[in-house]
Amino acid sequence: MENLTQSIQGVPLNHYILLSTIIFAIGVIGVLIRRNAIVIFMSIELMLNAVNLLLTAFSVHHNDPAGQVFVFFIMALAAAEVAIGLAIIVMIYRNTNSTDVNILNKLKW
Amino acid sequence: MSISLFYFVAFLTIFFSLLVIFSKNPVHSVLYLIVTFFTFTLHYIMLNAQFLAIVNFIVYMGAIMVLFLFVLMLLNLNEGSIGSKSNLLKMVGVIAGMCLIITLVGSVKALNDSDPLILQTQDLGLVKNLGKVLFSKFLLPFELSSILLLSAMVGAVLLAKKDIKQG
Repeated sequence: MENLTQSIQGVPLNHYILLSTIIFAIGVIGVLIRRNAIVIFMSIELMLNAVNLLLTAFSVHHNDPAGQVFVFFIMALAAAEVAIGLAIIVMIYRNTNSTDVNILNKLKW
Repeated sequence: MSISLFYFVAFLTIFFSLLVIFSKNPVHSVLYLIVTFFTFTLHYIMLNAQFLAIVNFIVYMGAIMVLFLFVLMLLNLNEGSIGSKSNLLKMVGVIAGMCLIITLVGSVKALNDSDPLILQTQDLGLVKNLGKVLFSKFLLPFELSSILLLSAMVGAVLLAKKDIKQG
C-alpha cells in the first residue's frame, strides 16, 4: 500500500481538478445527447463520482478528513436517488412501454 | 511505481466514461460504467482513501450497478427501441459540454500553480480516523442520512407497487 500511495506524490492538484472537470462535462454531455432515461441516470452518476473524486483529492491536499466524510454522505444520497429514480422509470415504462424521455416532453398536457 | 500511473488510470477513466455515453446499447453502457467506477476505486486507493475505496467498490460497483442492470433487463429494451436525438442536437450538446470544460479550465488556470499533492498523514482515510470524525463532528448529518435512506426505501416501494384499484 505504501508503494501505491507513493505514486501520487507529485501529481499536481490542478490535474485532479482537470480530470474531475472532464468527467463532469462528459456527464453533462451524456444528459444532453441521450434519450434513454436510464443512460441519463448513468450520466448523473458519472457527475456525482467526479465530484467525489475532487472532494477526496482536496481532503488529502488539506489533510482534513471532513472531505472524505462528505463523499460518504454523497454516496448515501446517490444510493437513495438511484432507488427512487429507477422506481420512477419502472412506473413510466409501465405507462408508456418505453423509457424514451421525448415521449414525456409535455408530461400529461 | 511512478507518477505515470495516475495519468494512465486517468486516461482509462476518461476513455471508459466516454464509452458510457456513446455506446448504443444501454447494457454495454452499464458494463462500461462498472469499469469506470473500478478506475475511480483505483484513484481512491492511490489517494490512500482506503475506506472510500472499499465503499465505492461495494456500493457503486455492487449495489447500484446491480440495480441498473436489473431494471434494464426487466424492462427488456432492445437496441433500436429508442431512437437517438438528431445530429444537430447532439452537436449542440457536445459543444455545450466543451464550453463547460473551457470555462472551468480557464477559471482553474487563473489560479496560481498548484502544489503537488502530498500525503501528510498516512492514516487520513482509514476507517478509524474517519469513524472518529463521522461520529463526533458529523453525527447529526449521519442520523439525517439514515432518515433519508429510510424514506427513499419507502418511496421506492410505494412507487414501484402496482396500483391495486386500477389494476
